[in-house]
Amino acid sequence: MFEAIAFYLFAFLTISMFWITVTTSQALYALTALAAGMIFISAFFFILGADFLGAIQIVVYSGAVMALYSFGMMFFDTTREVKEKQGNKAIILGLSTLSVILVVAIFAAPIVGDNITALYPVIEGAGNTQQVGLVLFTKYLVPFEVAAVMLLVAMIAGIVLAGKKMDLSLTLMNEQEIKSMKKNQDKKVLS
Amino acid sequence: MELYLYTALFSPLVGSLFAALFAANPKIKIAGIIPSFMLIVSFSSAAVLLNHVLSTDEIVHVELMTWMQTGNLYIPFGFVVDQVSVTMMMVVTLVSTIVHIYAIGYMDHDKAFNRFFAWLSAFVFSMMILVMSDNFAGLFIGWEGVGLCSWGLIGFWYHKESATWAANEAFIMNRIADLGMLIGIFLIYWNTGTLQYDGAFSAMAHLDHSTLTWIGIFLFIGAMGKSAQFPLHTWLADAMEGPTPVSALIHAATMVTAGVYLVIRSNELYSMIPNVGLFIASLGTFVAVFAATMALVNRDIKRVIAYSTLSQLGYMFAAAGLGAYWVALFHLMAHAFFKALLFLGGGNVMHAMHDELDPFKMGALGKTMKGTMVMMTLASVALAGIFPLAGFFSKDLILEVAFVDHHFVIYTVLLLTAGLTAFYSFRIIALIFHGEDRHTALGFHPHEAYKFMLWAMAPLLVLAIIAGFTFEEPFFEMVTHLLPDTEYHIHSHLTYWIMTIGTQSFVIISIIYAYKKYMVRDIKVPDGTSDMENSFKYKLLINQYYIPYFYEEYLVKPYKELSTIFWEKVDMKIVDASVDGIANIFYSTGEKTRNMQSGNLSTMLKWMVAGTVILLSLAVVFGLAARHSDSIMSILSGLGV
Amino acid sequence: MEIGLNHYLVLSTILFAIGLVGVMRRKNLLMLFFATEILLNSVNISFAAISHFYGDLTGQMFAFFVIAIAASEVAVGLGLLVVWHKKHNNIDLDTMSSMRG
Repeated sequence: MFEAIAFYLFAFLTISMFWITVTTSQALYALTALAAGMIFISAFFFILGADFLGAIQIVVYSGAVMALYSFGMMFFDTTREVKEKQGNKAIILGLSTLSVILVVAIFAAPIVGDNITALYPVIEGAGNTQQVGLVLFTKYLVPFEVAAVMLLVAMIAGIVLAGKKMDLSLTLMNEQEIKSMKKNQDKKVLS
Repeated sequence: MELYLYTALFSPLVGSLFAALFAANPKIKIAGIIPSFMLIVSFSSAAVLLNHVLSTDEIVHVELMTWMQTGNLYIPFGFVVDQVSVTMMMVVTLVSTIVHIYAIGYMDHDKAFNRFFAWLSAFVFSMMILVMSDNFAGLFIGWEGVGLCSWGLIGFWYHKESATWAANEAFIMNRIADLGMLIGIFLIYWNTGTLQYDGAFSAMAHLDHSTLTWIGIFLFIGAMGKSAQFPLHTWLADAMEGPTPVSALIHAATMVTAGVYLVIRSNELYSMIPNVGLFIASLGTFVAVFAATMALVNRDIKRVIAYSTLSQLGYMFAAAGLGAYWVALFHLMAHAFFKALLFLGGGNVMHAMHDELDPFKMGALGKTMKGTMVMMTLASVALAGIFPLAGFFSKDLILEVAFVDHHFVIYTVLLLTAGLTAFYSFRIIALIFHGEDRHTALGFHPHEAYKFMLWAMAPLLVLAIIAGFTFEEPFFEMVTHLLPDTEYHIHSHLTYWIMTIGTQSFVIISIIYAYKKYMVRDIKVPDGTSDMENSFKYKLLINQYYIPYFYEEYLVKPYKELSTIFWEKVDMKIVDASVDGIANIFYSTGEKTRNMQSGNLSTMLKWMVAGTVILLSLAVVFGLAARHSDSIMSILSGLGV
Repeated sequence: MEIGLNHYLVLSTILFAIGLVGVMRRKNLLMLFFATEILLNSVNISFAAISHFYGDLTGQMFAFFVIAIAASEVAVGLGLLVVWHKKHNNIDLDTMSSMRG
């Protein structure tokens, strides 16, 4: 029973939060609602017994990703309303409803439900984290390493994209070059 | 012996190709001499083959190569020289050689001299294929080839509208008849499994009567077109638009006899269906008298000779229809000689009178054109059937055949026609060569033709005289190896002599009447005012019983209207519009879907979602189909798919 | 009432549809990124649900990798967004249509 209450409560909250994200005209409201929605989704993970996943969701998504978005928001004037020229509302809602119906029909079809078999069954007794560790570092080791490389690449890309004057390296220049550079900078600022 | 066969067959082709090299050039004499020489070669080879067949009774049969071999159908390019075909070969090559040499003189001043010889030799080649082939398919190839070459030759002076019209008429009428012949050939193949003569005829003995009747009828329809039997006869008179050597070769001796050859070749078939034979004979008789009546009043010498050809073809069909195939072949041979001679003589007259054709404008040409007069008179005597010239032996035989088989109606009509034939032939002779001189006053200065042309015509004259009494016996001996050898003897000698003498006197009386009527002093050129010209009978005959008018009004014009409707309403509005419409659909679809690539991310995202929805719905549909595949299969099989 | 797999799947589908609405509706590039996040999260829910109800850990593994990829995507995406904003001072989608067909 508790599970049912929890499910419906969090479901309602998640849906409303995400709806706000999608339809509000204030940027800050959207950001906040998104963050709230992320937290509520982690609640689902805990209900489903995926503890490790839920913790990761909170730490990575609502922590890191939301922080990134907040930094991004700093560039824009957040008191101003986001003006958007709206497209045809009917098309949007129609398409979405159609896709919902179709996906539900597909999932509800018994042919889908009857043909799923477990490849990596859970081991009774061990906690979720231990099980995740067992599978992650044996079967999914290569994707794990590749994901690590990808994150490295993303990091470098972020730095390169946002950085300034990256062709100069202060540690490799000698004193005189640094002084002349500063002089040129001041000249530019004052003129 | 095979070498001679190939020489006889392919020499005209070599000559034609040689002349065709110069076809667009101005006249060059060698383009006439080489084809004539090649024809002499072909004639000599045919003579050697004739000698071979006569002396050894062997048939020369070769197969050049395979034409079609698919499934059960096997058609080779095969050629056979048997008694019937060697007769035809001799006739064709002899008359063609003479006509070629004659044409060197006749077409002397013509700009398209080289092209003429190319067409003419090509015609001879096609005719040789026709008579030498050993299966119906090869016969059909030759059939179509002579049709084509006759089109090219009738419409030789293509700048003249009347010539092109006549050429098209000939070709189209032949084509209509060829449809019948094709159906006949299809029926033969379908029922017997082969198109070779020997195989097909031996298999036909086992077919049922109605199938044989249909085959016979359809093959005869083809013969009707080629040999200008009623109602496909109008093209022959109009074909006189072509040069005279063409008329002499094609419309006297060779192409029009192809129909008779077909019937003779299929004698085994027609012997089994005597009803169809009787119909053929009756139609031939009808055509004989029909053409003779139209020749009585005509004022164009070539047309008169053309009608007489038509009439004699009727005689040949009458003989063949009654089962006397060797008699028909004999008449074919004799007729070729004197008819070609008549045409060539007429050509001399035309050339002398600068292409004037109305005999009423001539007269007393015998003084200046002695050689031509002698030849044409003797040819007309042969045509009329006076003893001892060739026509007597062949025509009287046909009359005897009709009498002996108790077809007295046919006999009477043919006898009447013989009288008419004599009358109109000598009408022309009298008007042209005798009587008073009407041409000088109209400004003509005729002269005799070149000497070599007369020398070329001489062999025909000799043959027209002697072909009857010298050739009949050996011909009968030879040909009856292949054809049924019924002899037609009237039982009572008295009846025979009464018949013969009666026929001869009837003919001679007609000739005297013609001379008397047309050799008088004051014949005026008819100009449409005399009473006789306005009488109903005259008008009926001179307009060819209004049959061309009927064809033009009730067949050609409606067909042309139909064509115009189909062109404007169906082809342009429906067919073209739909093709253009399909192209337009593609173009406009492209124009409209171009907007999908607007560069606006939001729009493209919407398209992406739309595409996803479509794919999802497809997944649902196919999933349902996969789940209920058994019931779907049962529904479909219930519908009969 | 028993919460079965179907409930979670329906929930996931509804969240996915909300994400689709956002993707189609938003003209501001940053808001578009928010909608993309919603899409990814809804999918994560369904993976985890299936994994739970079939006793299979593959779903959770997939969800991990989705989170990792989403994180890196946000990093790179925001970097690009910042550069564009510096250049054009405007991140409205309707002005960004230079790659038209």
